[in-house]
Amino acid sequence: MTLLSDVDMQNSRVTADTSLRLINAGPLTTIQDLGRTGYAHYGVTTSGALDLESFTVANRLVGNSVERPALELTLGGLTGSLSHGRWASVTGAPAPVTVAGRSVPDPYLFWIPADAVLNIGAPAVGLRSYLAISGGIVVEPVLGSCSTDTLSGIGPSVVQDGSHLRIGPAETPTWDTDSVFSRVPIGTARIRFRWGPRDELFTAEDKKTLVGSPWTVSSETNRVGTRLTGQRILTQLGSLPSEGTALGSIQIPPSGEPIVFMADRPVTGGYPVIGVVTEADLGIIAQARPGSKLALIPA
Amino acid sequence: MTRQAIHPAGDKSLLVDVGDGSAAALAAVLRRGRWESRLEAVVPTSSSVLVSARSARDLRDVEADLTALLEEDLLAIQQDLAGRIVTIQVVYDGPDLEFVAQQCGLTLEDVVREHTGTQHQVGFFGFAPGFAYIDGLSSKLHLPRRESPRTDIPAGSVAIAANQSVVYPGSTPGGWHLIGRTTTKLWDLQEEPPAKLAAGDRIIFESVGGTP
Repeated sequence: MTLLSDVDMQNSRVTADTSLRLINAGPLTTIQDLGRTGYAHYGVTTSGALDLESFTVANRLVGNSVERPALELTLGGLTGSLSHGRWASVTGAPAPVTVAGRSVPDPYLFWIPADAVLNIGAPAVGLRSYLAISGGIVVEPVLGSCSTDTLSGIGPSVVQDGSHLRIGPAETPTWDTDSVFSRVPIGTARIRFRWGPRDELFTAEDKKTLVGSPWTVSSETNRVGTRLTGQRILTQLGSLPSEGTALGSIQIPPSGEPIVFMADRPVTGGYPVIGVVTEADLGIIAQARPGSKLALIPA
Repeated sequence: MTRQAIHPAGDKSLLVDVGDGSAAALAAVLRRGRWESRLEAVVPTSSSVLVSARSARDLRDVEADLTALLEEDLLAIQQDLAGRIVTIQVVYDGPDLEFVAQQCGLTLEDVVREHTGTQHQVGFFGFAPGFAYIDGLSSKLHLPRRESPRTDIPAGSVAIAANQSVVYPGSTPGGWHLIGRTTTKLWDLQEEPPAKLAAGDRIIFESVGGTP
């Protein structure tokens, strides 16, 4: 084993000490990674970044491996600073970014000098933005993941005003911001889904209501589920024996208003699932903000 | 097998209806099967199993395998696989013990005898992390849930409702009747796996700490 020189020792000490100090954490900011798989049969849900594509892009741009923990911001609202300068990336819902009071023209990849105030405002469209910092957030994994499960509380706690987050050793950014494009819906979000597993329990009329209605995303929407309001699916099936719920399941509770299960969903549910959102469109529904319009389209 | 059907559940998952209480058996067989490495999740409940592939492109292979498996006698296969028996030591001093005795027309001793006298079986995990529904409660102890649930049940609380028992994992609300507590840590996030119990395990509750 090679001994580290004094300079190396000092560098590693300095990088290990890098931290992100938050003044304002925002309405709901959580630490997320690719999620916690392999424990669903023990009642532990997946969690993880809801808009996985935006999350992984942010990590790639700052040079991190894709599974490195980053921040998921809900409607922006973050103010903070870094103890040491680092490259950073903001993706997902396009939020206005300033560093030391100056607007950042390309938030996909920008430099944050030591102690400069970083501000991420509320996005004009979309719901969730991702802040990745070169080196990633260093936090103790629970059951193999650093994601916060907002339903059960497993994983790191929700990020609070005044918290300090440790940042790992810096990586080399990748610079290919030209290849980044946003899939954040503007206007009506068109979400494709596949029928089943319990579509056969519904009438043709119910199915027509599901695909033919303009839905509005409810203010009750969170990381557990995207709730839709507008029409009601009339068939009253009540509850069924509990069954496992896939990510993106469109559940019809007794109210008749659909709930689309997101990453922090309970692993089992007792209301019938009429369809499941396609894998490709999970990231789009993750960006459908309360009050916005949504259409469900059979794939 | 009575009723079996494989339903689509999105790009990566299938929901399999099973009869005869063989959901845990199917899940156990799948976990030991040749596609195990391609599966992201196998979630049994009382009458179905959700099977999720890691990748959408593996779903057809998984479905073919499932179709073949459902032709087999799953319960017989599972008998060969494991069949663990776990004893859980319980101090029967829960705050609802007297209520349960009263409602069921039994003495406190009867309640303990009924709970310890039968072999129970872990049905499935759901509701919250580490929350295992344990089947096999004596019919003399069947009661509906409490009208108003408690907000935070301590870990290790042993409770009953309807035809099931549970050992609360901690940090959850709950409407079941608390009849006792165990000092055995059945749910621990620092352990791998985090649960001491698994679906299909046979459970014996043993009374320790004297009679109530």
